[in-house]
Amino acid sequence: MSTRGFTGRKPPEATRERLPPGQYLTEDFPVLQIGPNPRVDLATWSFTLREGSRPLKSWTWDAFSALPRTRWGGDIHCVTKWSKFDTAWEGVSFDDLLADAGVAAPTAFLLAEGYDDYTTNVPVADLAGGKGMVATHYDGEPIPPDHGGPARLLVPPLYFWKSAKWVKGLRFTRRDEGGFWELRGYHMYGDPWREQRFTGD
Amino acid sequence: MIDPAARPLPWQTATLTAIRPVTNRVKSYRFRVGFDRPVLAGQHVDVRLTAPDGYQAQRSYSIASAPDGDGTIELMIEGLPDGEVSGFFDAVAEVGDTIELRGPIGGAFVWRPEDGGPLLLVGGGSGVVPLLAMLRHRAAAAPGVPALLLYSARDPGETIAAEELAVRARDEPNFQLILNFTRAGGRRVDAAMIAEALERLGPPRHAYLCGGNPFVGAVADLLVDAGLDPARIHTERFGG
Ligand SMILES: Cc1cc2nc3c(=O)[nH]c(=O)nc-3n(C[C@H](O)[C@H](O)[C@H](O)COP(=O)(O)OP(=O)(O)OC[C@H]3O[C@@H](n4cnc5c(N)ncnc54)[C@H](O)[C@@H]3O)c2cc1C
Repeated sequence: MSTRGFTGRKPPEATRERLPPGQYLTEDFPVLQIGPNPRVDLATWSFTLREGSRPLKSWTWDAFSALPRTRWGGDIHCVTKWSKFDTAWEGVSFDDLLADAGVAAPTAFLLAEGYDDYTTNVPVADLAGGKGMVATHYDGEPIPPDHGGPARLLVPPLYFWKSAKWVKGLRFTRRDEGGFWELRGYHMYGDPWREQRFTGD
Repeated sequence: MIDPAARPLPWQTATLTAIRPVTNRVKSYRFRVGFDRPVLAGQHVDVRLTAPDGYQAQRSYSIASAPDGDGTIELMIEGLPDGEVSGFFDAVAEVGDTIELRGPIGGAFVWRPEDGGPLLLVGGGSGVVPLLAMLRHRAAAAPGVPALLLYSARDPGETIAAEELAVRARDEPNFQLILNFTRAGGRRVDAAMIAEALERLGPPRHAYLCGGNPFVGAVADLLVDAGLDPARIHTERFGG
């Protein structure tokens, strides 16, 4: 059923192929968050891997900055419908974090936790094998606070609410536990190509 | 009861039953639509338009009407000159048309009467729309809750629901309105304006901020600077 009188602005074929269903291409970088930017001080910043409540390993900013670096470039997709092409990120891969901690992922699921108390669940399979990182740089510059700096999770295959801003740690969970948005009707997994915006999509 | 958030959110057909100008650029659109779950003040819907060749465009719009369960919702859409979806509403949509929408959506930027107050609402431009839903709901369901709206618009002609807000400020004892105009010698919302709002309202239990990106970011920082607990500050950003 088409909408009377709507023709729209169908993007060129090359753009459409890269746009998941229901998304549109934006040139700017919109910001989405539930509250103010938390004030994060690099002198006291830390990043912690936990299994449940048990800490596995923590890094200070200096220690984190000394870890091997990874780059990723590609397209990102926000559940509020914008997509941005050819974004460039740099940080520490999930694999390198585990290697430095000297552990294997203890469970198949985790919750990313932010300095703003935001949480979101991500399957380990979507981070391991070079898929995800804790990013500290965007476009060659430190990530500004509006976009989650000093460090944010980056899980490009999933809707961007999974890429938690101001991330302070990853907590491995035995089951797949919903985070902030997932407990409020958003999809547990969030694959843009299957348009998994909300529960049941 | 099953948590509404745990059920799928279906696309529904909505019929446009009324269109009314609100400002030079904004119009009000009323839709008849039967949701399968209650609406909360502050939530939005996703709208989907389909071209004859199957191409679709989706955008989000806040619900302006109070959750009164009468089977209709009001949206207020600013017609952007080149806007793919807002331009369609502005130039093409007519009473009797049907579109697809789904909702209500959003569980963070919502206010329920039991959340109480004092309630500080800060809106920029069309960002006032979900705040209007909160004010309308508050007036009907919890008029004792103190509320203050600090609303920043470009100029008087671009003030959404100007008359309604003025009447509310006059007739509702616990509601205060501060209008700010950024054009024609005016200024952006600054620390002094925030201080005045906080002084008049008293310490807010909840603050809701909505508008374009730079506006919401700046106001959120001002409120944190003024000593508000970040956990009490709720933000919604329309983009821009
Ligand atoms: C949760 C949520 C609630 C929203 N509620 C409302 C609402 O109640 N009323 C309302 O009018 N809008 C609202 N919006 C914005 C709306 O979803 C669209 O972004 C807006 O209507 C523009 O879409 P378009 O297709 O007309 O423009 P597009 O074709 O997408 O863009 C046209 C041009 O305008 C620019 N642009 C896009 N969006 C904006 C913007 N928001 N402000 C300034 N410039 C922009 C683009 O960069 C582009 O240059 C809301 C957005 C969100 C995320």
